[in-house]
Amino acid sequence: MALTDQEVALIARLARLHLTPDQLDQAQTDLNKILSVIEALQSVDTTGIEPLAHPLAAVSDVHLRLRDDVVTEITSTERRAALMANAPGAANGLFLVPKVIE
Amino acid sequence: MAWEIVIGLETHTQLSTQTKIFSGSSTRYGALPNTQANEVDLALPGSLPVMNKAAVELAIRFGLAVDAFIAPRSIFARKNYFYPDSPKNYQISQFEIPVVQGGTLSFFVGDQEKTVNLTRAHLEEDAGKSMHDDFVGPHGEASSGIDLNRAGTPLLEIVSEPEMRSAAEAVAYAKSLHSLVMWLGICDGNMQEGSFRIDANVSIRPVGQVEFGTRCEIKNVNSFKFLERAIQYEVRRQIELIEDGGRVVQETRLYDSERDETRSMRSKEDSHDYRYFPDPDLPPLVIESSWIESVRATMPELPAALRTRFISEFGLAPVDAAQLSSSRDLAGYFESVNAALPPDQAKLAANWIMGEVSATLNREEKDISQCPVSAASLAALLTRIIDGTVSNKIARDVFAAMWAGEHQGQPDSIIQAKGLTQISDTGAITAMIDAVLAENAAIVAEYRSGKQKAFNSLVGQIMKAAKGKANPQQVNDLLKAKLDS
Amino acid sequence: MSNALLHYPNITALSQALASRKLSATEIAQDCLDQIKQQASLNAFVHVDADLTLAQAREADATLAAGRGNILTGLPIAHKDLFVTKGWRTTAASNMLRNYTSPFDATVVHQLLEAGCVSLGKLNCDEFAMGSGNKHSAFGPTHNPWDRSAVPGGSSGASAAAVAAKLVIAATGTDTGGSVRQPAALCGVSGIKPTYGAVSRYGMIAYGSSLDQAGPLANSALDLVDMLDVMSGFDQKDATSAEHCKGLPNAQGRIRAEFDSAAADFNGNPAQPLKGLRIGVPKEFFGEGLSTDVAQAVEAALVQFQKLGAQRVDISLPRTQLSIPAYYVIAPAEASSNLSRYDGVRYGHRSESYTDLADMTGRSRAEGFGPEVQRRILIGTYVLSHGYYDAYYLQAQRLRRMIADDFQAAFTQHCDVIMGPVTPTVAQPIQQDQNDPTADWLADIYTLGLNLAGLPGMSIPCGFGTGVSGKPLPIGLQIIGNYFDEGRLLAVAQQYQQVTDWHQRVAGQA
Repeated sequence: MALTDQEVALIARLARLHLTPDQLDQAQTDLNKILSVIEALQSVDTTGIEPLAHPLAAVSDVHLRLRDDVVTEITSTERRAALMANAPGAANGLFLVPKVIE
Repeated sequence: MAWEIVIGLETHTQLSTQTKIFSGSSTRYGALPNTQANEVDLALPGSLPVMNKAAVELAIRFGLAVDAFIAPRSIFARKNYFYPDSPKNYQISQFEIPVVQGGTLSFFVGDQEKTVNLTRAHLEEDAGKSMHDDFVGPHGEASSGIDLNRAGTPLLEIVSEPEMRSAAEAVAYAKSLHSLVMWLGICDGNMQEGSFRIDANVSIRPVGQVEFGTRCEIKNVNSFKFLERAIQYEVRRQIELIEDGGRVVQETRLYDSERDETRSMRSKEDSHDYRYFPDPDLPPLVIESSWIESVRATMPELPAALRTRFISEFGLAPVDAAQLSSSRDLAGYFESVNAALPPDQAKLAANWIMGEVSATLNREEKDISQCPVSAASLAALLTRIIDGTVSNKIARDVFAAMWAGEHQGQPDSIIQAKGLTQISDTGAITAMIDAVLAENAAIVAEYRSGKQKAFNSLVGQIMKAAKGKANPQQVNDLLKAKLDS
Repeated sequence: MSNALLHYPNITALSQALASRKLSATEIAQDCLDQIKQQASLNAFVHVDADLTLAQAREADATLAAGRGNILTGLPIAHKDLFVTKGWRTTAASNMLRNYTSPFDATVVHQLLEAGCVSLGKLNCDEFAMGSGNKHSAFGPTHNPWDRSAVPGGSSGASAAAVAAKLVIAATGTDTGGSVRQPAALCGVSGIKPTYGAVSRYGMIAYGSSLDQAGPLANSALDLVDMLDVMSGFDQKDATSAEHCKGLPNAQGRIRAEFDSAAADFNGNPAQPLKGLRIGVPKEFFGEGLSTDVAQAVEAALVQFQKLGAQRVDISLPRTQLSIPAYYVIAPAEASSNLSRYDGVRYGHRSESYTDLADMTGRSRAEGFGPEVQRRILIGTYVLSHGYYDAYYLQAQRLRRMIADDFQAAFTQHCDVIMGPVTPTVAQPIQQDQNDPTADWLADIYTLGLNLAGLPGMSIPCGFGTGVSGKPLPIGLQIIGNYFDEGRLLAVAQQYQQVTDWHQRVAGQA
């Protein structure tokens, strides 16, 4: 079950990783090696077994805890400044990104 | 070729909670950009989501209102796609197992009742907003500004089956759903502020064909008028395309209200592989039946039940009952007016509320809750119609004066001050009839020769002479008696 | 005094020295800062800020002077650079976050700070916790204090190295597939991964969300009790945080109480303290691939436990080998999604030149992430993608349940704890030509199962083997418990450490 060039390119695009042709080649080799190890999963008979998404659910009823609908955050430009301090591009309290034309 | 139109609507309703679905940030509209976005909303490294109980409660309320199945166990899933208004570059939504499943919505299209099945309703988080003004980025590039205040606002996405067959049906469904969510208090319905957003899935197929045609999704329509136009344009576009030998391509489109057309969205994901998987940060949402029952106990009487009661208790026509039960405030107003009237006057009350009251409210862009004429005052006016003090027509003038606040809005004071009391005295009316007949021999002759319209002309003249205040029924009866004798 | 931590090599001793004013927190902190400079070639620390550290030390001294100190007040620790910290940068050892400063502290960081610990800075690691040798770091590899040419393990390699090199008395690490236990073993220190949900994940940069747990590394099981107890507790900001542990509230004090109770039980029977304890030894942990020196050291440790009165029981964990593909589907899948937020928009690396938004995101991520991270994102994206989700991701989650059930069968029917090796070999050389991206994976075989099942497990030193370079290198013994059994696990480990001294050996003085 080896990946083709196009499949690797599609995965890279889905993952927003801009790879050069050489890097795509290397990725293809690497991913196919990885797949050859992961393939071992296919041979296991898992009929009737439910997937386990949350580990403790194997032994207990794990369910979502709910929070009360009470505002806990202050609304202020000072707080905003602290939270936006790492922004590569910002103006007027907005994060800047290259324009997207819709 | 006879075409059948197939429409399904997906509606994103912002739930009226104080805080966001996964963080304690406020959801209040209108704050300065990014002042209501904490580390969770900004998806800073290490942040985690925590679920808002009120959002779940509002979803339960909706599910009960549409008679849906409320899943005892539902799962939050990550919908993975990159977009700057979605800070984690995945949206926490529900995929395979949503909180609300099935349900129905009944509404009127004209005077035909239609019921549409709902597929599901699920909880998810809203995205932020892009401002496409001319910003300049760190390398001088033309840039958009991203405001994440809205990111994380709880949404209930309500999905209908593709059972609507015309733009009118789609609009009627949308309006009915809009009323319902406001009725339930789960959404403020403010479409300008984006509280209620509609995506329309539109396709066509030859009449009689069972398979669906390829559909296009028109995204983010925020007015009923635009919804209707967008669907109409899209249907025409698809028909023309196919009849010209082309094929409809499945895609997402935007409605441009200025040009009245739908356009393909270039920027949307070319491949829609969202790679859904259960969110490992959020265990399954469990809803015990005791919670559902406690929500059920606090539900207001639902529009459908109210509608039925208006029909059976007050003998209203279904269309009228539907209109009066379109909002809790309107229904409440009607019931108050009706309660203050003598028995069996529901039709009068209904006509006045749906007619004069609603028309005036619409003209002034007011809501029933802002109506300056109280239910008690309206009932007092209607009572004067019932007891013959004023005619229906004159009552409208009184109503206008009440609305304007003349004489403290008291109908009796207005009637007296303006001398609007109806003339019901037989003698007085007879005198006016005699006078008009005397001056209109020609018209009398026309009537006698069979022209029915002449009768109306005579009535008009009599009413004019009476300055509109003669009791119309009596004028009719007496005039007829005179002419036919 | 050259190194306070050499003179006071455990928390109890150092804490007593502070309490009796033999030393001040400020003196200790300064001493550690000096040591860190001297041992800069280890490359354990990636961010050090003397001002921040000394400010915390002064606070601690004030607390001690006011008589309000506890056992951790003034103790020098450090945090893996995967925990967000105010003040010090947090980079996850990645170019993506090279200049990132968090506006909030991780809960674990906050709790240790509240307890009076003094942070010496941020520790190197494998980038975004992906790796088992601390080689995949944008700041270069960390070296094993026992043999500079060898890896310290990973991903919490520097956490283990810093403790082993006596730069700090304890460190925080994270364990997603063995990343606390394995470096602890390779560096000859003690480390524990608690039950999933025992410690908050808030502020711990996410890698594999359903697998990640924070855990301490220190010089002994006793020290781990002090650290883990303070780190643990229900956190309302983490929806996967456990509210209760076997019926008891998940709060500070729980683990200490359970440790004390188990220890009291054991100590009540001095001749055979562990009488009645059944130790399960999985045969799959002793198969092909396990090197002789590790097998011998572990075997010797098991014999020691038998001398302490424990009973050894052969068990089977049949899907041990399959834990590898299961983990390497689930962890990358979750990681691929967790790392999507790094797009150069709100923080992190943004490329210098780009044509449009998609290009900016694509270049920023390609430039910011190292090759191992990129590989895992790619494979994670693939196994979640349309058409493959069921065959890979769901299949791995089904296998996960089977593995968890295997452990339960063992605990229910055969044993109280499980023991075996942590790693198949001693630390490997840093310089290793590796064309095969899966080369390191087989070495994770003994540790992955716990993360899949969410069980607690620890590593304690149990001997030495010989590395490629000929130098002696530490070997670790893994002790695995059932859910929320951390307290007892630590008490069992402590019994061993009472009659052996592997955990007291010092790197460079083996």
